[in-house]
Amino acid sequence: MGSITLKQVSKSFGSVEVIPPLDLEIDEGEFVVFVGPSGCGKSTLLRLIAGLEDVTTGTVEIDGQDATTIRPAKRGLAMVFQTYALYPHMSVRKNIAFPLKMAKLDEAEIARKVEGAAKVLNLDDYLDRRPGQLSGGQRQRVAIGRAIVREPKAFLFDEPLSNLDAALRVNMRLEILELHKSLETTMIYVTHDQVEAMTMADKIVVLRDGFIEQVGSPLELYRTPANLFVAGFIGSPKMNFIEGPEARRHGAHTIGVRPEHMEISQEDGLWQGTVGVAEHLGSDTFLHVTVAGIGNLTVRAPGEVGVRYGDEISVTAPKEKIHRFDKDGKAIQ
Amino acid sequence: MARAVTNRRKAITTAAAWGVGLLIFFPILWTILTSFKTEADAIASPPLFLGFDWTLENYGEVQERSNYFRHFWNSVVISFGSTFLGLLIAIPSAWSMAFVPGKQTKNVLMWMLSTKMLPPVGVLIPIYLIFRDTGLLDTRFGLVIVLTLVNLPIIIWMLFTYFKEIPGEILEAARMDGAALWAEIVHVLTPMAVPGIASTLLLNVILAWNEAFWTLNLTAAEAAPLTAFIASYSSPEGLFYAKLSAASTMAIAPILIMGWFSQKQLVRGLTFGAVK
Repeated sequence: MGSITLKQVSKSFGSVEVIPPLDLEIDEGEFVVFVGPSGCGKSTLLRLIAGLEDVTTGTVEIDGQDATTIRPAKRGLAMVFQTYALYPHMSVRKNIAFPLKMAKLDEAEIARKVEGAAKVLNLDDYLDRRPGQLSGGQRQRVAIGRAIVREPKAFLFDEPLSNLDAALRVNMRLEILELHKSLETTMIYVTHDQVEAMTMADKIVVLRDGFIEQVGSPLELYRTPANLFVAGFIGSPKMNFIEGPEARRHGAHTIGVRPEHMEISQEDGLWQGTVGVAEHLGSDTFLHVTVAGIGNLTVRAPGEVGVRYGDEISVTAPKEKIHRFDKDGKAIQ
Repeated sequence: MARAVTNRRKAITTAAAWGVGLLIFFPILWTILTSFKTEADAIASPPLFLGFDWTLENYGEVQERSNYFRHFWNSVVISFGSTFLGLLIAIPSAWSMAFVPGKQTKNVLMWMLSTKMLPPVGVLIPIYLIFRDTGLLDTRFGLVIVLTLVNLPIIIWMLFTYFKEIPGEILEAARMDGAALWAEIVHVLTPMAVPGIASTLLLNVILAWNEAFWTLNLTAAEAAPLTAFIASYSSPEGLFYAKLSAASTMAIAPILIMGWFSQKQLVRGLTFGAVK
């Protein structure tokens, strides 16, 4: 239970086409992340699957059945919103119980399921509070609790962690992943944060301007990005891009090298440059190196590196780590 | 130094607020005081503030001369009737404009408001004739309809701003949780909108209670509410200030008491959307 298929799905608002026709296959039990810059259509795509927006063309299939015209309430999907969207006038208990009440389960059954969900999410002590009395992380847990009690075919997450602070975000990320491992239910997760995408996904769908740029596992996207956009979007710090004669020497219009694949040495490297700012993180050092005729390169060196502002160093990249792109930005294999 | 300045400023603004408040309240206070005077004291010059012979005879005479409770009951039926009828129409229309806005929603709202810009007397003749021909003159039902139409734009605008404040995502969450439209309205929208609906109701009852143009022009005896009751004491041939004041006090007392008990709701209703 929980496979979702989009066939030639498109969405227009008035005369503006935000999502051109696209196909997408989401397998049962998969953790799929839609990632892309803001305005790329990832949330709209999620809302089309949820049924909160009507598709302009195409069909949405859930478990092999055409769900295009089925109301959101009847699709058997649960959604967690960025703003949590808890019912402010209900206690936590009633919030979590609401979908069960709508499904007309009997009281005892509802109570049992709510207790169960509260236990899983550590909400036992808060069941009688109102959402307004909870912290951001607790509210998000309630929203997740409300989603899991109804045992949906799939979970839809719309940027659920972006209102939380950084430390809490890392914790909640792990909790959601653990939830996925224990429930084994399909999850579709929308985020603009490529780190979330890389750490959580079985499959990442990279979107830009409504187009799917690439679909693949995190490491596939990392190792073999299909184009310049994906190459630049996935990975942190961002991939270095070099154009001009240096790129032509490698038989490409643009070449790209990830900062972590650059090697530094005192002499005899591929490129000679001057160190600008060096960011010392302890575990890594990010060097911003200016190379004449090429431009600025970011180099990620493991551990502590004893280079300073203004030092001359040489930078090399192993040939197999150089990504090549043609003039349309497509990867050359 | 800075604290002294803010303290002085606070004292001045407090005094100013009291001053303005008393200035606004003074006519009501004067009416109430006059209602306890004899007719002679009421027109005394210089005016008597508190040093007069307090008497209740005006109230007795007013009650003897006209049937207060009949007017009171008419006012209750007309103001609550028009308010409930108005809410019945306004809730769905405000809901649809707030949550499913179309291209013309803004224009429709402006158009509704624009009807309040026309002086009512401009449509008095046609409405009077329609009422005469349909037998609605001097009926409570007729007044309920007219006051509903007069206040509907305000009810819709107030509810619209309330509904606008309810995040759409919460309604979407209800939809995802399996709520059908009816369940969404009953379990989620209405409980969240109750404060807004309550203050709209209160304000509209007050507006309808005090409405004096249509209630005076479209009634004679049968359906005459308290406004007509007051007006019957402002006769051109004689000065009956004390009795007029007694009638006015009796007419505004119920709504004043209601307003006093619900002032929190009212203030919230009137400032909603303005204060974030």
